[in-house]
Amino acid sequence: MIEIKGVHKSFGDLEVLKGIDLNVNRGEVVSIIGASGSGKSTLLYCINAIEKINSGNIIVDGIDVHDKKTDINKLRQNLGMVFQQWNSFPHLTVLENAALAPQIVKGFSKEKAQEIATKELIHVGLGDKLHEYPTRMSGGQQQRLAIARALAMEPPYMLFDEVTSALDPELVGEVLDTLRLLRDDGMTMICVTHEIAFAKEVSDKVAFFHEGLIEEIGTPQQVLDNPQRERTQQFLSKVL
Amino acid sequence: MNLFTPLSWSDSGFILTGILNTVYISVVAIIVGSLLGLLVGFVRAESNKSINMLLGAFLDVLRSVPLIIQLILFTTFIGAMGYPLNPFAAGSIILSLYTMAFMSEVFRSGFDSVPTSTIKAARSLGLNYLQTVRYIRIPIGMRAVFPSWLGVALSVIKDSALVSVIGYMELLRTAEQLISRTQQPIMILIGVGLFYFMISYPLSRYGKYVERKMEI
Repeated sequence: MIEIKGVHKSFGDLEVLKGIDLNVNRGEVVSIIGASGSGKSTLLYCINAIEKINSGNIIVDGIDVHDKKTDINKLRQNLGMVFQQWNSFPHLTVLENAALAPQIVKGFSKEKAQEIATKELIHVGLGDKLHEYPTRMSGGQQQRLAIARALAMEPPYMLFDEVTSALDPELVGEVLDTLRLLRDDGMTMICVTHEIAFAKEVSDKVAFFHEGLIEEIGTPQQVLDNPQRERTQQFLSKVL
Repeated sequence: MNLFTPLSWSDSGFILTGILNTVYISVVAIIVGSLLGLLVGFVRAESNKSINMLLGAFLDVLRSVPLIIQLILFTTFIGAMGYPLNPFAAGSIILSLYTMAFMSEVFRSGFDSVPTSTIKAARSLGLNYLQTVRYIRIPIGMRAVFPSWLGVALSVIKDSALVSVIGYMELLRTAEQLISRTQQPIMILIGVGLFYFMISYPLSRYGKYVERKMEI
């Protein structure tokens, strides 16, 4: 499980996270919603140690992410991450994109790495694109590639940072479908998202972030249908 | 006795040696200069302002002082210090450093062209710092600057003619010796010019082709 305890994070004078506590159990889907600048994405970056934290602890399966002794490259193998921008590696084919990390990080043979990559690419519906270059594909396809690339490391946890925000509206559906697929597989996921309807549909828990704090957390029915806090109500009235 | 003899087929071996020496020193300078340039360009892309200023000043000197002066200065200096080098060695060192000065800027802009988000994506997959450099930053960055790299490499081939001033028997110096023997400067110099053109033109066309292909 992922345990987040009292996490504070500042960029210079700006305190972005002001004490976040959150637990994510295996198999759970947790969505994080909130206005821009509320610290949602920063929290994901801190879970993956792309950003350092100022205080508190983030513990993944008993391992303290921000402990100096932690082998962060090893830990990241357990935390697949997909970003707002798909960040395809433009010099590699779709298959090579997805097979790169299993091969050089996990040390698998090229054949085994490609076998795993192919399996994941077929899973996200890119089985007919294996030998294409990603720059020739649509944003939705590249985002599905980014998901398959992260899945090829076979991580128990996946972190999604507004993965549909940079997509044209007609491409959002195919990426959300891929996320539904993962939920059905029982993947543990933390999704930072602006897709409220999607969050309501797939999540076990929804957390509403406001100015660096969790303002409200609970089941989708509690937070999205019957929000108790005024700020949650205001936010939802604006976005729904 | 006739002091001057016309150009003949028996001179072709001599000319060929000149051509090969030009190719030889150019290839050495391009390879060594590119490898050093890659290293220096990477250090510059990674370092803070003060290290960059220091390196930048050193590179500025190499880029600003005319190559011909660097060649003469270096050869004279090491000669005066009591360690004379043969013209090939001295020429290779200076031409490589000169190449490095330009290549480092090319590679630096290549490294800078790789988006931070792409690097983060690679790190999030578990690639460590060096793996990210090796598998992501170098291949993506170097592809982006290939046309500029080719441009620098071409000018190195042409600049290698200057190494003739310190006595290296490359094509131009070979030609000068033939001219003093045959008194046929126009024909020989046109031939030399044609040789440089024949090497440079196809390569620069190839560079343009790659550039166009990458735009698509």
